[in-house]
Amino acid sequence: MKPILLQGHERSLTQIKFNTDGDLLFSCSKDNIINVWYSHNGERLGTYEGHNGTVWTLDVDSESRFMVSGAADNTLMLWDVQSGKCLYVWEFPTAVKRVAFNQADNQIVCITEQRMGFQCAIRVFDIDRSGDGTNQSKEPRYMFNPIGSKATVCDFTYTPDVIFTGHESGKVALFNVKTGEEIANNERAHGDTVNDLQMSKDYTYCITSSKDKSARIHDTKSLMIIKTFTTETPLNSAALDPKRPYVLLGGGQDAMSVTTTSLRQGKFETRFWHKIFEEEVGRVKGHFGPINTIAVHPAGTGYASGGEDGFVRMHHFDESYFKTDLYGTGNIIIED
Amino acid sequence: MASTSTEYDDDIDFSDIEAKYAVNYDDSLENTVVVDGLPIIDNTKLDRLLTKVAKEFSKRGASIKGEDIYLPWDEKTGKSKGYAFVEFRSGEDAATAIATMHNHAFDSKHTFKLNRFVDIEHFSNLDETYIEPPSEKFTDKEHLRAWLGDAQGRDQFVTYRGEDVEVWWHGKPSQCELAIKPDWKDFLYVAWSPLGTYISTLHRQGVRLWGGASFKDQQRFAHPLVKLIDFSPCENYIVTWSNEPIIVPEGAIQGPQYFSPEDEGSNMAVWDIKSGHLLRTFSTVQDGEQTRKSQMPWPAVKWSPDDKFVARVTPGQMISVYELPAMGLYDKKSIKIEGVVDFEWCPQGDNDKEDVDKEAAAIANGGKVTKKPRENMMAYWTPEVANQPARVTLMAFPSRTILRQKNLFNVTECKLYWQNQGDFLCVKVDRHTKTKKSVYCNLEIFRVREKDYPVEVVELKDTVTEFSWEPKGDRFAIVSTNDPNLGNPGPGITIKTDVSFYQLDKTKNDFKLLKTLPSRTSNAIRWSPRGRHVVLATVGSSSKSELDFWDLDFLSEERREGQDWGTGVQLLGTADHYGVTDVEWDPSGRYLATSASAWTHTLENGYAIWDFKGTELVKHIQDRFKQFIWRPRPRSLLTKAAQKQIRKNLKEFSRVFDEEDARESVTVNAELVALRKRLVDEWNAWRTRCIKDMVESRGLKGKAHSNGDANTAKEEIEVWIEEEIETTTEEVVE
Repeated sequence: MKPILLQGHERSLTQIKFNTDGDLLFSCSKDNIINVWYSHNGERLGTYEGHNGTVWTLDVDSESRFMVSGAADNTLMLWDVQSGKCLYVWEFPTAVKRVAFNQADNQIVCITEQRMGFQCAIRVFDIDRSGDGTNQSKEPRYMFNPIGSKATVCDFTYTPDVIFTGHESGKVALFNVKTGEEIANNERAHGDTVNDLQMSKDYTYCITSSKDKSARIHDTKSLMIIKTFTTETPLNSAALDPKRPYVLLGGGQDAMSVTTTSLRQGKFETRFWHKIFEEEVGRVKGHFGPINTIAVHPAGTGYASGGEDGFVRMHHFDESYFKTDLYGTGNIIIED
Repeated sequence: MASTSTEYDDDIDFSDIEAKYAVNYDDSLENTVVVDGLPIIDNTKLDRLLTKVAKEFSKRGASIKGEDIYLPWDEKTGKSKGYAFVEFRSGEDAATAIATMHNHAFDSKHTFKLNRFVDIEHFSNLDETYIEPPSEKFTDKEHLRAWLGDAQGRDQFVTYRGEDVEVWWHGKPSQCELAIKPDWKDFLYVAWSPLGTYISTLHRQGVRLWGGASFKDQQRFAHPLVKLIDFSPCENYIVTWSNEPIIVPEGAIQGPQYFSPEDEGSNMAVWDIKSGHLLRTFSTVQDGEQTRKSQMPWPAVKWSPDDKFVARVTPGQMISVYELPAMGLYDKKSIKIEGVVDFEWCPQGDNDKEDVDKEAAAIANGGKVTKKPRENMMAYWTPEVANQPARVTLMAFPSRTILRQKNLFNVTECKLYWQNQGDFLCVKVDRHTKTKKSVYCNLEIFRVREKDYPVEVVELKDTVTEFSWEPKGDRFAIVSTNDPNLGNPGPGITIKTDVSFYQLDKTKNDFKLLKTLPSRTSNAIRWSPRGRHVVLATVGSSSKSELDFWDLDFLSEERREGQDWGTGVQLLGTADHYGVTDVEWDPSGRYLATSASAWTHTLENGYAIWDFKGTELVKHIQDRFKQFIWRPRPRSLLTKAAQKQIRKNLKEFSRVFDEEDARESVTVNAELVALRKRLVDEWNAWRTRCIKDMVESRGLKGKAHSNGDANTAKEEIEVWIEEEIETTTEEVVE
């Protein structure tokens, strides 16, 4: 499993994402640009230039037609994936920390930062898919300010108009975007900031990672904690493998203290844990700094990780990854 | 208004406040002393006597005035009663006065006798009838070697981390468990006794020994500020050392277990373990600053292997041998050796120990001693002085006969290494060329079991930094280097070394090189206690931390005969333990423990246990990890013949254990499989529920975005892959 090193960013990575087909990998970084790569050979396809601040987040629709990105220049941009043109720009009073498309590709949700007297806000926009995509409404469809600890991550659930959020306090919650009402919450889901959230293929469960050194699988309807994976380092990202019963966790100690600790101690490894038995099954080394973001190929044939060191490492799994029967559970069927 | 308030005040009970602020008058009579032996005088001489007595006291440092003295008067005769009460400022003053003035000669006829007033009162009221003390009920003590009776034959080890000590059992993975976690507090470190019977902790007040199955208190030695300890080989005695000289405070408890005023100023003490009695104290501080600057060698006294003698060297002058248990100088004189630098006792081999046991049994039965056990032996060396060459001497003790002497030239330094059975002695001689510019090394090997003690020399061009005999074997390993950086350590400098193995060639009767492993970084050799296996480690380096597991008899005994010399040396495995500071084999030679102690550095402290071929079994990274020590084992109680028998029938014995293993693995596996099955079942049940929920909710809302989307997407990918494969096959066909 020799990784392909994707060197296209000058600063640390903030989020990476595969498109639905898995042939493209999008990466955004603190150097204000978004790159898109061919996942099978690591060749760079193009760059989306236009943001004027750290690009915190991006998401691609299921047809790979539109891409949205949020940045520290207080803008949310809609891009044409193929041409690289910026189609529409929304402006906010504060930075955009998280965006996500819904399953039907006709809505996006975004979180803006709580800063300079402005509250943390969650907005939902309708995306007009007719025409060339430049005809978007300026005003959000819904907007509300979550009460209490600010939201850090969010995504749609399979129930329309309900979003799943993770908060700075470690809380996870379900909100009705129409009313801004908190439908359910779990105040003690994590002990510290929730910093990543990735949905399962059918949106029925999701995995969150947190600074409290653990990652958890939640039921997106009941918010019940299904599984917990406790590591010895703060986590920045967690991803679900769609094919094998594993989860991938990445992290490392705070970027702040990286320069004062050795590579050995940093624990900058991608950890593979068994999704059901909650046991660590393996690690992949490589990054020189904390891993900020991990994404798994939608077909489960590989994964990519983006680090504080500015590199994206694209790994394609070996044949043995699919064949090894670590726990002798080959004859037991694990439902996906 | 005012009157009512005062009335109200009167009701309040002030007794508690009064009690709290009451002035505490010192009404004890602690400071009053009765002085007997005064001259009997009449009224006229009273003033003169009082001033004289006061003067006598003040002269000796216990200042009193005339008015402090009360002289009882016999009204009938008009004369004094011959004694006086003297009141001092405090109890301490009274104590010093008693110490200095008791038995003081006032004049030729009168001698002062001083007693505390309270003592007189106490003794005069003493009950004279003798009451027999109740005899203590006998309580069974725990067996000190209980751990050897473990049914699974496991070994123990102790870990010290942060403030916690833990004793663990170590065996097969399923048998490793915490044995005990004692609540010992505030100590420097822990140490096992050489046979594993006791574990000791060094506290501020002294040393404590613990033992038995539940690690109960066994013995304590009150040596304040103790820093180092050393047990005698048979665990009969213990030596304690502190950098602070002993101070015996006034009024300290006295007894055979405590320091007496004569011990003041010494800083090393020898104790009897079973009785807890102090045997003797020494001072290791030699006059002159020079000796203090150079590090003190520890152990400062060396025990003969049978616990009969203990010896210490006075560098340049003599070796003093003390006989136990009295700790008197043997023959009342030290062995005067001009210039002696260092010495070592010859260890007792297993055969020697058997001989000693047989002799003891024979004497006990009144029978005849068939074979006299070998006399104790020591080796010492003296450096070159004027016209005399440097010399290594082998001396028998107590007969003091010189067995063998070997003269050496151009010597800078000698180190003495005994093989653990006392079969060989290797003297590592660091020599210099005539110009003293370069240093090289000779190994002078004495074959002690042979007649006339033949000596053989192995000459080497490099500096030897480490030497180690194979336990119970005829091989040794050395680490040598010609790295110019040797001796000036710096950050990031790792010294390049060569490791060589030598073996006694039985046909020619000399030591021959087996194999050299060049250009390595290893600096530590750890032989398995059973011999054959050896681990080469790089310790104390910040960049390298390799562990190499070697087998020196990889080819079986019979095949080795025909093979080339040294082909049996085989690397079994390599491993790495970052920041390793200590490497230690367990007493059975099955496992190796490596640890990184927080005393040396703070990176990835913790310990790991490996098997003899370098497979990692256990690894724990723990903050503030300090110590890992295996519990030593005493010598086997089985005779040589019995051991041979076991070795011969090993297959039969091991069958029982094999079966046990198989049974265990089946049950463990079954449990694990069941647990996993349950987890998967729970997961699957939850998934089914989820999917049902989802389908239902979508059906209700009616505008579902079907789950099929993801599936079709997946299919698309597969198609794309298939297509590519198809095209390639077509090409091949064309």
